Parts: sequence; C-alpha cells; structure tokens
Amino acid sequence: MSEVKMQKVETKRPRMAVEIAGLKLKNPVMPASGTFGYGEEYAPYLDLNQLGAIVTKGLSLKPKAGNNTPRICETVSGMLNAIGLQNVGVDAFITHKMPFLEQINAPVIVNFFGNTQEEYAEVAARLDDVPGVAGLEMNISCPNVKHGGIVFGTEAVAAHEVVSLVRKQTSKPLIVKLTPNVTDIRVTARAVEDAGADAISLINTLTGMAVDVKTRKPRLANTIGGLSGPAIRPIAVRLVHQVVQEVSVPVIGIGGISRAVDALEFLIVGAKAVQVGTANFVDPNAMATIIDGLENFCQNEGIEDINELVGTLEV
Amino acid sequence: MKNYKTIILSNQEIAPGYCRMRILAPGYHKMASPGQFIMFRVQRSLPPLLRRPFGIFRIGCLPADCDGMPDKEYIEIIYKVVGSGTEIMQELHEGDRIELLGPLGRGFELGDPDEEKILVGGGIGLVPLFMLAEKLVETSRVRLLMGGRSREDIIAVTEFERLGVETYVSTEDGSLGEEGLVTQVLQRKLEKYPRASVFACGPMPMIDAVQKICAANKTPLQVSLEALMACGVGACLGCVVKGAGHSDAEPRYLCTCKHGPVFRAEQLDWNRLENQAADCGGCK
Repeated sequence: MSEVKMQKVETKRPRMAVEIAGLKLKNPVMPASGTFGYGEEYAPYLDLNQLGAIVTKGLSLKPKAGNNTPRICETVSGMLNAIGLQNVGVDAFITHKMPFLEQINAPVIVNFFGNTQEEYAEVAARLDDVPGVAGLEMNISCPNVKHGGIVFGTEAVAAHEVVSLVRKQTSKPLIVKLTPNVTDIRVTARAVEDAGADAISLINTLTGMAVDVKTRKPRLANTIGGLSGPAIRPIAVRLVHQVVQEVSVPVIGIGGISRAVDALEFLIVGAKAVQVGTANFVDPNAMATIIDGLENFCQNEGIEDINELVGTLEV
Repeated sequence: MKNYKTIILSNQEIAPGYCRMRILAPGYHKMASPGQFIMFRVQRSLPPLLRRPFGIFRIGCLPADCDGMPDKEYIEIIYKVVGSGTEIMQELHEGDRIELLGPLGRGFELGDPDEEKILVGGGIGLVPLFMLAEKLVETSRVRLLMGGRSREDIIAVTEFERLGVETYVSTEDGSLGEEGLVTQVLQRKLEKYPRASVFACGPMPMIDAVQKICAANKTPLQVSLEALMACGVGACLGCVVKGAGHSDAEPRYLCTCKHGPVFRAEQLDWNRLENQAADCGGCK
C-alpha cells in the first residue's frame, strides 16, 4: 500500500528545454552579455554546463580599451555602468577564449558590435566559420560608446540597414539586442525582424546618470551610463510585453532578473528565454538558483513543459 | 575561493567611524594569503545591491563550542563607515546571516627574508598589512609607518607592535605621533635602510607619493589598490587600472579584483592611474 502511494507522489520533473532560432537550450536561462566575461571568470563558482546558453562579453573587430574609471556606481536597487565595451577583439577571442568555451555543454552565443556597418559585417563574417559559435547576438544598443552602438539602435532605418548587412554575412542564428532608449521600441523591433533577425533580445540598459553632491562631479567618468538591476525590471517587462505583440520571431527577456519569479514574469508576458545580468555580480550562483526555482515552480503548479507558460498573460 | 552563507561573530565600533567585524569563515586558514580580500553581502535586504569588497585584516580560530564540532575559523575585517553599504553593515549584530565570497585576488609576494621590510599604511589602508606583517615577522625585520589625518584614523597599531613590528605614527594634524605626512617618514627611513622593500596601502595620493619616493630610491614596492567593484571575479571590468605600456590602441588594463589588488609597482602605468575609490569604506 505504502509503495503505491510513494509512486504517486513522485511526479515527473517538468521539461525545461526551449528552442530559439534553431538553438536548443536545456533551459531558458543564460547570462546577459557583459556580466559574465567570457565564461571562465565564473567557472569556479557555477557549473556552466547547467546553463541554457552562454553569452559572451561584446566583441569588436579590434581590441577596445573602454572608458576611464570610475566605470560603475550603485544606485537604488541598481547600478550604473559605463565600461565602454572593453574587450579583447574578435581574433583574440577566437584564439584564446573559444577553446575554453568549446568544452562547455551549452550553446555559445557570441555578442558583437561595430563602430561602422562594415565593422559589424566583418566581425559577423569572422565568427561565421568558427565551429564552436552556436549563435550571434548583435548589440545595436550600447549607450556607452561614441560611435555605432546605440546610433544603430535608435534609428529604425539604420537598424534595418546594419542588420540586413550582417544577415548576409552569417548563416548562424542571429539575435538582435535592442535598446530601451527610444520613443517606440516596436518600430525598431519590426525593422530588425524585417531585416532578417532570427530572434530579438531586450532590454539593454537604460541611460542614466548620478552625481556626487560633494565634488559636484558625475559619479561616472563617462558622465552618462547604463542603468541595470532590479530597478529596471518593470520597464523591461513592459517593453517585452509590447514587442512580443509586434513581432513573430522569438523574444529573449532581459532586465533586472535576480530570482525565478522575476524570470517567470518575462516568460508569462511572452519571452521564450531570459538573460540574467547584474544578478551575476551580486551572486555568482544566481543563474543556478533561478533555474532550480523555475523547475520547482513548474512542478508545484503542475506545468509539464516550461513552454506552456510562455505568453500566458491574462489581461 | 568559495561562496557561502555564514554568520557574524561580532561587530564593534573600535574608533569613531571605524568598525571591526569578525565573520565565521571555514577554510580561510588554508585558502587565504596576505593581501587577499572578500566580497561581503548582507542577506535578506535588497540595498545594498552589490557586494562590498574588504581586505582581510586577520584570520583566527576559536575552540569548538563542544566536543565533536569543528573549531571556529574566522576572518576579521575593519571598515570605515562612509556610505549606504557600510552604514547597513554597522547595524549588523552577532548571529546575523551574511554571504561571503572569497578569498579573492592576488596578495603580496613576501620577497627576500634578508631584506628589511617597511609597511606604509594610510588610514583604513592599514587593514591588508596586518596578515602580511604576521608572515613577514617570522623571517624579517619589519617596520610599520602608519599615517592618518588625525588620531582617530590611527587604528590597530598596538596589534602590530605585539607582533614585534616597530611602528612609527604620523598624523597630518599632529594629534598623534609626528606631525605631517607618512611619506616624509618613509623618505627618512629609506635613507637609513636603503636596501628595504616597501609594501603600501592607503589613499591614492599617498600611494602615488610612495611610488615616487620608491622609484627615486630604486626600492622594490608592492601596492594594494582600492577600487569600486561589482563582481570581484574579473567579469564586470569596473575596477580596472591601466597597466604598464597601456595605450588606447593596445589597451593593457588590469582588474584590481583579479590581477590585484596587490601589484608590483612596475606592473602599473603610474602616469595614468586614476583615483576611483574616493569614498569606499576600506574596501579593495
């Protein structure tokens, strides 16, 4: 009698796998670019094989120095950063960082950007024949660089042009990361979908600023930086909600996710996957905790497959 | 390096604005070396969002509460209350739960035992020098030059004396020890002990002045730098300093958290170092 009861209690673990633009992820959780280095930085604290995917620090054609310091400052429930896309450059990445990433049992999504359309195209072309690269995430939305970056993200025509150009250079799944610093994000979302993006990720940081009242100087050397962390989550959820109604490609939700319930909000409004950013700084194990939390939520709610949750917002 | 939840064993104000916290920290005896730091997070409260970095002052051990239990390994940090994070820390009590990430970064190289060792500490910058002194006194003659604005900024000096370290105190307002800057004392000591090597931690203007003196005397120098950090593991790139040979075309940034916080003077680009940690409370 007791044995029968035991079997009944033991429920099946929910299916956590999701598919985005042909990328098969074992769960919908991955790091946000720029918060996870090239993966190896977090290897001592977190089993990288657990992750749905790994998203690298943004790469450019040539190594990039980044901004002067101070580059970061904490704000209420968030942080401002103006790192300035410091990175090793695409060639050094392929030579020195890829060998480590190739050993990880999770798709590697390489984030990249350019100062000009031609640079975007060239970086994409170089990454196209690197076997360990599963997909590309194109940053047209960094607020902290003078050239390129956000310029492509704020003008729908420029966004369309640069994404079209990159599309021709790569056969890999192409995710385009959008900026929230626009009047209507739906316009940019439509433009990049039309230009051939396989998926859209949003949001990048919101531009912000903080002042040291004693010195009367900006708290960042760059004056303006990007705001991230729990403070921006409601804005991010709203923007994802608007974009999923506008496009048919899958959407990856980003913005202030630090717990499983935060991730669930994004899934419910219609994101197929999520990226965790600032929370990695606070807790190197954050993504593992979020993955466990999502699985437990599904189990407790009787959800057999996490995809059942996506886009189930009741309004 | 590990990340775990643990508890506070004690947390006391030791001088106006300075607190000393003892944290249960299993494994640190084996893991930590002088000059390394930890990232500290208050549990169950959202602000402060980011962890705060603190140099390890010392490592100790208390006997187990009862037979069969392990000894209680702990670390001590000393911090200055300067902002929202350290204000919250100041309110914590024995038994409060926190998260501890560490030990992190690269510490001091101990160098040749036959050389004289001179430690230069400015205010809260004294913190990472204590563990170093504990190690150095085993083999070398060690002197501490401790400076601060005023007598309140001179902390824990007697503990160095108990190790057998000769200590020289100076304050800018003359309220304790010699009146003036600690770097004046350093200048004199180097004239007397030209073969000494120097280890320094303190505010950036002090570090800068120490570097100039040591460079002029061809004295080996290691500095422990402070920086604003978000992650502590080399991912956020918030704490970078410019390394020797840095240029925009060939950036040679070093992460204070990962490549430091202790650097040999020749690793850094001294013309382009920025003081970014103006108000972090004794952090790295």
